[in-house]
Amino acid sequence: MSDYTLSEAATALRDGSTSSRELTDAALDRAAKSEAELHAFLTLDHDGARSAAEAADGSFASGRDSGAFQGIPVALKDNLVTRGIATTAASQILAGWVPPYDGTAVVRLKGQGAVVVGKTNLDEFAMGSSTENSAFGPSRNPWDTDRVPGGSSGGSAIAVAVGSAVVGFGSDTGGSIRQPAALCGVVGMKPTYGLVSRYGLIAFASSLDQIGPITRTVEDSVTALEAVAGHDPLDATSYRGDRSGFRDGLEAGVRGLKIGVVRELTGEGFEPDVEAAVRHTVDLLSDAGAEVIEVSIPSVDVSLSAYYLIAPAECSANLARFDGVRYGLRRDGETVEDMMTATRADGFGPEVTRRILLGTYALSAGYYDAFYGQAQKVRTVVLREFEAAYRQVDVLVSATTPTTAFEIGSKTQDPLSMYLSDICTIPSNLTGHPAISVPVGLDRHGLPVGFQIMAPALGEAVLFRVARAVEQAVAFESRPPRLEEWT
Amino acid sequence: MPIDIDIAHVARLARLGLSDEELSHYATQLSVILEHAARVQQIDTDGVEPTAHPLPMVNAFRPDEVRPPLDRDEVLAQAPDHEDGYFRVPPHLEAP
Repeated sequence: MSDYTLSEAATALRDGSTSSRELTDAALDRAAKSEAELHAFLTLDHDGARSAAEAADGSFASGRDSGAFQGIPVALKDNLVTRGIATTAASQILAGWVPPYDGTAVVRLKGQGAVVVGKTNLDEFAMGSSTENSAFGPSRNPWDTDRVPGGSSGGSAIAVAVGSAVVGFGSDTGGSIRQPAALCGVVGMKPTYGLVSRYGLIAFASSLDQIGPITRTVEDSVTALEAVAGHDPLDATSYRGDRSGFRDGLEAGVRGLKIGVVRELTGEGFEPDVEAAVRHTVDLLSDAGAEVIEVSIPSVDVSLSAYYLIAPAECSANLARFDGVRYGLRRDGETVEDMMTATRADGFGPEVTRRILLGTYALSAGYYDAFYGQAQKVRTVVLREFEAAYRQVDVLVSATTPTTAFEIGSKTQDPLSMYLSDICTIPSNLTGHPAISVPVGLDRHGLPVGFQIMAPALGEAVLFRVARAVEQAVAFESRPPRLEEWT
Repeated sequence: MPIDIDIAHVARLARLGLSDEELSHYATQLSVILEHAARVQQIDTDGVEPTAHPLPMVNAFRPDEVRPPLDRDEVLAQAPDHEDGYFRVPPHLEAP
């Protein structure tokens, strides 16, 4: 029961073969048995989850049906603000903070009767690719507990992979949904920038951040996006246009579609097993009737450089609000400046400190034009190249990550090497385009490989359509080998 | 070309009270990362406008209506220190 997909659980709840209370207890039980090893959660809300589950069951009993999430256990990354449940962004500077409000995505999920089982671990303030940068200790990959689950939404990816939640939500600034989904063998999706309100998402890099779902299936990803997408006046970057039609053509297959393989996202730096799985998947799409074309996006390489100026610059501005005045940690000081500098030095971990320093430098007098300003222009260059590619093809594809899950500690001493591991995912954040990672196989160590599909702005329907075709063609059904130990 | 950073000045701007040892550690790492990041300068962007949002959006007004704010007591309860309905902080200037 803990292994239901969202659509299976929704059906079972409606035909009476299970209750939300049963589903929720099963999810909490799975978490209880696996947490000591995996550390997917920072907070498990047993009482809140059980009372939400009973409320959902009560609604079913009285014939009220508020949508696809009624009674469904969900896990939320701990940078999504939840009223009454501690929200820390995995940082000491917010340890113990209990928000007085819910973020918009959380409001929408709760409004449809979702059951929040807990808040999941992440790299501090979503900065990282391994969930090792959590102030409360790293999470571990359920496929091999010596390895990272990916990051920064590592906790949500684990929770879905092992069945501690039916659906997880994360945030993706440079690949933080897709990369952990790939490394944990689940589906992770980043919508078009602006489609999901960022109100109540603790900001990292505001022009790149986007909330999205982590699920077991592509269909669940569609349903989860439908639940949270939509205009929100509380987010000035929120898209005001139509948001329907994500599901159009979902089962139509890829016959007649043109699929571009990004040349720059192959070759050097990519593990042979990852490349082989991607090539095999492309062949399956070709067999299913798609026309496959090799496409060049020369600026993919420089997009990484632009990203590592833009993201820290925006992070240094956003994290200025953590000053020891209104919430979270405070260290004593003689003057207000002493208090702030002591609080921030103690409250932020090394990765966050590094990025604040990098961003502050890139924005400081004399360097702004050379760094941040130039990076924002390079972003336009990247966007134009992608738009030109999308005039030739319907979607672009690549591996989600150059390697499968790496060993804990293997990259922490070399930040640049960690940053380079995001080469496939970062371009879609710079362009704001949607992208999804679908599991397509295992490498020689038995670790999942993710296949990334990218589409033009608001191209969610074609993105999901191709992802669904990949899912059907590959039929990836493996679950973490040790799952039974945690059951 | 290694990039020379006045790291103590940057830390001060960022309000991060770091030790000399930490400053030197970060200065080395930042230099490596910035050297990589500086490759953006090799791209010709003459006449290119910067991008911040991928969708064409102009303004984002919402109705100028009074809405209920967060509950003050609930907000202050989360503050490290407060008094008489205000956040309380150490002095910025010496009292005369």
